Parts: sequence; C-alpha cells; structure tokens
Amino acid sequence: MRIDVKKTYKLYIGGAFPRSESGRSYEVKSAKGVFIANPSQASRKDLRDAVVAARSAQAGWSSATAFNRAQILYRVAEIMEGRTSQFVDEIVALEGVTPAAAKKQVEAAIDLWVWYAGWCDKISTIFGATNPVSGSFYNFTTPEAMGVVGVFAPQKSSLLGVVQSLAPVLAAGNTAILIASEKFPLPAISLGEVLATSDVPGGVVNILTGITAELAPWMASHMDVDAIDASGLSAAQEKEARLEGVENLKRIFAFKGDQTPQRVLAFMENKTVWHPIGI
Amino acid sequence: MTFEYAPAPESTAVVKLKPEYGLFINGKFVPAKDGKTFATINPANEQHLAKVAYASESDVNKAVAAANEAYKKIWSKMPAAERGKYLYRIARILQERAREFAVLESMDNGKPIRETRDVDIPLAAAHFFYHAGWADKLEHAGMGSNPKPHGVVGQIIPWNFPLLMLSWKIAPALATGNTVVLKPAETTPLTALLFAEVCQQAGLPAGVVNIVTGDGKTGSLIVNHKDIQKIAFTGSTAVGKGIARAIAGTKKAATLELGGKGANIVFEDAPIDETVEGIINGIFFNQGHVCCAGSRLLVQENIQEELLEKLKRRMALIRLGDPLDKNTDLGAINSAAQLAKIRELVGSGDAEGAERWSPACDLPAKGFWYPPTFFTGVTQANRIAREEIFGPVLSVISFRTPQEAIEKANNTPFGLSAGIWTDKGSRILWTAKHLKAGVIWANTFNKFDPASPFGGYKESGWGREGGRHGLAAYLKGVH
Repeated sequence: MRIDVKKTYKLYIGGAFPRSESGRSYEVKSAKGVFIANPSQASRKDLRDAVVAARSAQAGWSSATAFNRAQILYRVAEIMEGRTSQFVDEIVALEGVTPAAAKKQVEAAIDLWVWYAGWCDKISTIFGATNPVSGSFYNFTTPEAMGVVGVFAPQKSSLLGVVQSLAPVLAAGNTAILIASEKFPLPAISLGEVLATSDVPGGVVNILTGITAELAPWMASHMDVDAIDASGLSAAQEKEARLEGVENLKRIFAFKGDQTPQRVLAFMENKTVWHPIGI
Repeated sequence: MTFEYAPAPESTAVVKLKPEYGLFINGKFVPAKDGKTFATINPANEQHLAKVAYASESDVNKAVAAANEAYKKIWSKMPAAERGKYLYRIARILQERAREFAVLESMDNGKPIRETRDVDIPLAAAHFFYHAGWADKLEHAGMGSNPKPHGVVGQIIPWNFPLLMLSWKIAPALATGNTVVLKPAETTPLTALLFAEVCQQAGLPAGVVNIVTGDGKTGSLIVNHKDIQKIAFTGSTAVGKGIARAIAGTKKAATLELGGKGANIVFEDAPIDETVEGIINGIFFNQGHVCCAGSRLLVQENIQEELLEKLKRRMALIRLGDPLDKNTDLGAINSAAQLAKIRELVGSGDAEGAERWSPACDLPAKGFWYPPTFFTGVTQANRIAREEIFGPVLSVISFRTPQEAIEKANNTPFGLSAGIWTDKGSRILWTAKHLKAGVIWANTFNKFDPASPFGGYKESGWGREGGRHGLAAYLKGVH
C-alpha cells in the first residue's frame, strides 16, 4: 500500500510560497470534523510583506497592455481546467458537498476567469468617454487601475468566491492581497499555485490564509492599500474596516456574488484629460 | 511706464438684499424655530450684508421630512421628462438673472466680478441645462436598465464657488430623481438663498429642494440624519474624513470632493508665455481658493530661471482689489479665518527655509487680503509642499527628468488635479498616464465643464461629479 504525499499549504507572497514568518499554522478540518491540513496562520508582518510585493508589482501589471492582461487571465482559466480534480477534492473535503456540486463550482470559477479576461480590453471602451465640453478642447475620460486592493474572499464559497472577488480586481489592472476564507482556505492556496504557473507576474496576487478578524484591521489601516473588497467580512468587521480605512480614504465595497462589470469599475479611478485644440 | 486704471466698479443696484433671510423648507422661507441667526459679511470691506437663519436640529428634521415627503409623493412619481423640464427652467432663470447672481456672489464671497460673471454663474446655469437632458435618458447611461435614485440626499458645499458648487450638487441629484437638503457654507449663504427664489419662480414642487443655512453643527445634523440615504460633500479632507467615519456601518452612500495639492509640471520645451499664463491661472484663479489649484509648480531645472523671471514680471501686473471692479484679477480672501490659515502656512514656509517672493502690491486697509506669492527652494518635506494652503501661494520645485517629475508629482496624499506643459504630444500622454490624479490639464489649467467628470484619487475624495460618470453618485449600486 502506498502512503499519500500530502501538500504543505503555504502562503503566496511575491511569487514565492513562504510559511508565515510567525511560524504559526492553524488546523483546518473537513465538514465531518476530520483533520485535513495545517495552513499558515498569516501575521501582520506577512500582510505587510504582501502589500510591499503588491505595490512593487503594481506599475508593471497596470501598464501591461489590456490585451496582454486578458491573455494572462485566460491562461489562468486554461491552467485551472487541468487541475479540476484537485480543486474538486479540496471543495468536497472542506465544504462537504457532493463531487458533482464541487465540479460545478470549479467549472463556474474557470468560466468566470474567461468572462473577466474578456473585460480587460473592453472596460475603457464601454465605460470611458469623450466629453463634448464647451470651448476648443479635446476632453476624454478613461478608467484606470486604483492600485493595491485588499480582497477578503467570501467565507462560504471556497473557490468560486475567491475568483468572484479576485478576477475583477485583476482585470482592472490592480494588484491584490487576497485573504482566503478562514475555514475553507485550501482552494485559494491551490489557486496561488495555478497563478504561479500562468504567467501572472509575481506579486500581482498575494494570498494569505489565517484568522480574518486578526488580519482585517491591519489591512484596513495600511496606508499603502488603496481599496478593499470587504465581501468576506462580517458586518461588524466591515464597519471596523471602514473606520480604520478612513485614514487614507480607502474605497471599500462588498458584493454578493454578482457577475458584473461594476465589480471591475469599483476598483478603477476615472481620469479626465483636457487638451486645447488649435493650429 | 505704468498705466493707471480708472475704477470700473459693477453696480450693486441689481441686488436687492433683504435684512434677514429664512431657511428654505418645503418651498417657503421660514425662520429658524428658535429664532437664531448669524451674519454674513462682505470680505472685501467687512461690511454687514444680511442676517441668515441658523438651522438647528428641529429645522433640519423639518427639511428632511419635507424632502422625504416630496420624494415619495411627487418627485419619484413624476415622469422623468417632466422632471427634466424643471431643470431646464432653472437653467434658463439662472441665465436671465445672471448679473444679479454674479454681483451678489462677488459681494458675499470676495471673488472678482470677472470670474463670477464669466465662470461661476454661466457654468452653474450650464450644469442645470446639461443634467436636465439626462433626466429621461438614464437607462442609456451605462448604469443598468433601470437605475434607481437614493431618495433624500444631504449635500454640504464649500464657500469657494458657492452657486457653482450648489449646481454641481443639486442638478445631478434632481436629474436622477432624488430630492435634496443642501447646506451652503457659513460664510457664503446668499446665492443659495437667491437660488431658492429661482426654485420658486420655476414652480419646482415644494420640498424637492430645501436649503438650510448654518455651520458645521448643521452639517453634522444632515450627515447623521436617519432619513438621508446619501451624502455629497465638497470641502476639506479633514471634514470629509469625519463624514466617512460618521457614516461607517450605516447604509448611507457618500461622495466626497476634498482637498488637493496639484502639480503643474513644466517641461523644458513648453511654450513659455502660454505656460506663464497657465501658472497664473492655476494658482491665482479665485485667490487660490480652489481644491484643484496648481499649487505646486514642478519646473524642469534648465528653464527654471527664465520661467521665474517671466512669472515675476507677470505677477507684478496682477491687479488686486475691489472684487466688483471689472479690472480686478485677485479679489479678497473669503474670511479672516482663511487669511489666518494662509499666513500660518506661509509662516511655516519661511521658518522651514524656503524663499518667499511677492510683487510690490498695495493691500486695501479694510477686508481680508493676501498678495500673490511664490516660494522657491521648497523641499518635498516642507509643509508648503504637502499641505493645501487654499490661497494665492505657489510652491516651486524643480526636476531634471520626466521620471523625477512623476515621482514628485505623485508624492502627495492627494490626487485631484495636475497640469502638463510641453510641446510634445507623446510626452503629454505619457505624463498623463503616470500621474495619479483625476483631472489633468495639458497646456491649459482650471477648465471646468458640466460634461467633464471631476474628482480625485487617494485622499482627494470618493467619486466623480459631472459628465456621465457623475451620475453614478446619485444612483444606487453603481460605481
């Protein structure tokens, strides 16, 4: 009889897979209460390292051509497809759903990458504008990446929720620090392994596992985080994050599984440029 | 040779000031319940203009109740095309009464009549005209097939462009189907109250627009009112952050237009005379009381000397004085408090070792005045390079390479505006792309239009005002 080779679930920061600098891990159990894994319990320092990595990757990712970003996000879908059975196993173990339901979730997640990949090079066309101002000026508005976004993935959907939150943030040209679902963190880490092999530059996505309530205040008060997707926070945690986030006027939004370009636009800033017209 | 100009004051006969103004609630002017009033003065001569009612809690409650009632019973049921017609009417009446508004705005605010006449009032009318046409076309605005208003919107506006900021707030709110409780700034309430008369002349249903005058306490009553679904605020970053804290954990939406420290970047190949005009417009327009002012001049090192010589020559020609004089370029500082703030920050510039320059400039004996001023030898750490002065004071900083210009321009917690001066098209677009600012003027500055979205990155606020994008602020669930 062969003994399984089990995976050590680590963090994903700056394109590498370190353990928490704190040396901490926490126990994750199946829906039936059986031990599955000891993922890292990320600390404030890990979060700060992840923000540094996301900020360093920001200029490159946001100035990559929209077509290039679209191809990379599509590549994520391609690589995920080949790992379907791994994600199915993780979802079944964690969420306690049937393999068929888990497979549906994985397929929905893959298709969502494809959908948002297609938005990369269309969002400016549809939601930008040429504005007919009075006077002899050319005036145009384009949506641009906001910068570094902290993403609290939904707590109940271990894979689809992660993609629902992450894909629009990346399509907009932002870099991200994703905090995985506290109880269902494993598919997020496996997604990190997909991202690492999908031409997504290191630092564009950073994934932390751990205790949401511990990490939320540090994310919310970090002055180099521009915005937060608060979908995975409780109402009380979201309020606290809004209070902490006031210091640099973070843009904070929460969503309910919506599939809409509004999720991309939420993490974009509109820039308007004027220039005189003349000879 | 110097030219002497004969005074050319605009007549104030067109303005009929009342001794006392009430609050505008449910279509009528009413005194504050407790009878409290405060005075508004002309900052150019410190003369008393009028007494204005001070709204306390029960007054704000009455205004919100009126707005709620009007929303439920009238405004939300009215066909959108009819709603739009009221906005067209308002735009037309503002045009008809433009001179009266321009003179009153100059008197209450201290800004030159040339600006109120040519910028503030025409743009305010244009904002209503522009948004009037949106009212029955919202399903085409890219915000869903059936976009919904919030209901009652609370709006708080600053003193730097009193009527124009009112129009930026009220026009899109009404066009999208909301009703309004608006508080004008404490030092500049009069054109908002004159606007209330315009609402009456337009036959706008009672309660759709309510105007409550008062101070910061009145504002916080609006922010914290349980029946207000959305807050729109223009003003300081400090107050904006206070509002963001107050509404955290509530269902209230908010847009915030806050401070700025705009970088006006001059490259070595810039057309120098036009650039000098642009710098003047960037920092001395409206006494520098402009959140998007070009208050940091970033100049490429090899042309700094030539540019500053020309700037000095031009600044010496700025005419400071009576705001009602048609030849005046620089009017009065809006209040004693603002003058004290400018002096304090300029004092910090002196203390931190920057070099200050102003042309010879006689200041009137009465009123609040500050001469056009620039600082050289400014470092990025100096307060005058980081904090918003909101006065006619420019900080000059040099750079050598375009990359350094971008780094310095973005080295601020704000992100509202920026300017670019160069002859090279590709450099304009490269620079614009790398600047973290919501509004970028290339080879021009301080241009505004109802069709053009306005608003900032980072600590300059949340959301946009104007254009298609500005509609999102007044519709539920869109960004």
